[in-house]
Amino acid sequence: MKTILSSEQLHLTIQRLSHQIIETHFPFSNTVLIGVQPRGVFLADQIAEHIRSLYPAQPFEYGKLDITFYRDDVHKELHVANQTLLSFSIENKHVILIDDVLYTGRTIRAAMDALLDFGRAGKVELCVLIDRRFNRQLPIQPDYTGKAIDSILSQKVTVNWQKPEVVLY
Amino acid sequence: MQLSTRHLLGIKDLKQEDIQLILDTATQFKEVLQRPIKKVPSLRDVTIVNLFYENSTRTRFSFELAEKRLSADTINFAASGSSAAKGETLLDTVNNILSMKVDLVVMRHSASGAPHFLAKHIPASIVNAGDGINEHPTQALLDAFSIREKLGTLQGKKVAIIGDIMHSRVALSNIYLLKKMGAEVTVAGPPTLIPKYLQQSFGVNVSYNVEETLKWCDVANVLRIQLERQNQPLFSSLREYNLAFGISRKLLDSLNKEIVIMHPGPINRGVEIDSDVADSNQSIILQQVENGVAVRMAVLYLLAGKRSDS
Repeated sequence: MKTILSSEQLHLTIQRLSHQIIETHFPFSNTVLIGVQPRGVFLADQIAEHIRSLYPAQPFEYGKLDITFYRDDVHKELHVANQTLLSFSIENKHVILIDDVLYTGRTIRAAMDALLDFGRAGKVELCVLIDRRFNRQLPIQPDYTGKAIDSILSQKVTVNWQKPEVVLY
Repeated sequence: MQLSTRHLLGIKDLKQEDIQLILDTATQFKEVLQRPIKKVPSLRDVTIVNLFYENSTRTRFSFELAEKRLSADTINFAASGSSAAKGETLLDTVNNILSMKVDLVVMRHSASGAPHFLAKHIPASIVNAGDGINEHPTQALLDAFSIREKLGTLQGKKVAIIGDIMHSRVALSNIYLLKKMGAEVTVAGPPTLIPKYLQQSFGVNVSYNVEETLKWCDVANVLRIQLERQNQPLFSSLREYNLAFGISRKLLDSLNKEIVIMHPGPINRGVEIDSDVADSNQSIILQQVENGVAVRMAVLYLLAGKRSDS
């Protein structure tokens, strides 16, 4: 077991990601943040909270997207569905998808399919906490990366939000 | 998280966790049905046959819509106009259909136990859409979903099932499900339409007085008199039935509380339920139909995910 991000490092990384998003998107007039269910929402919650604390007078849309019904492995493994909460239109919006670990890219593929069913976004960006950069099975790359790591298929990256820390098994 | 069973033959075989999983998954599908594009690609590689040996409007359309909104391919079979009319057996018909690479069978049949028989002889998963006077599991699930949506929970709720209990598969499935989920159940109707030993076997209350039952309950699920299944007179006339056991506005107004009125359809207005009750704000009859699609999507989705195990 190896710690990739300690509590302090994780805190700093979330702050940096928030600032990078602010730098590109302020004042959020056409930008929406969407956390990918279930685990991406923990990161998205923290980023949204941090941006709000920095710019309380600058509201932005924030939603949650469940991708269970868009997965390509329904017959291999059945996942329990989570809530989708998109109370706004994404038509022509600049969407920032937020997830915790980018691995094979299949979750993000499903998320983009799911997103299409809600309208035609102007642009879609991807923000991830951990990028397992050599394990991709689809041509998908993040726009905002907390930390890129090298890992092999048999290893497992876990973000523990209770502690909080990121570990590699 | 998975269902504990490969088929949905009846609520009898489900565990409490299975019911919970189906209802929770249905909640997410209900959200899907509110979207501009009411469709997900989950079952795009699945082919489903709807095998209806008995008449149906709601259930057949509901299953078909659920299948289409999951992106499954569907084929429909109605007993009239098929080879069944030429004397082909049930098993032969189904095996012929399955040889065309069909993965899931949704089936309604007038013989109780027909889907159970089929489940023993074919490899595909089976969803019972009503078998004779035995069970109609998806109806009970959508009833439970509707009660949960309206009252928040099933635990401890008092549910009355009123009408032709004897011939109703909806009643039996509802009794199984409500008892498993911790609700209290009273069945009410004329003694000739309530099976003996129901109280002892299922732990439900039995009443022959509709007014008292309505005073007791939070929810009244009103059932149709199934004249097509009664081959002997069990009550004197529909008019008399209406006077003694029908749900009227006057009766509901005398209760001093607002109970939820449900009906699985089709309604015989003026027999088991009066029009001004069926069409009132207390009635969630059309919400039940709406929820039916989401619940059936959940059942099909969860069973399709089960296929790989076999």
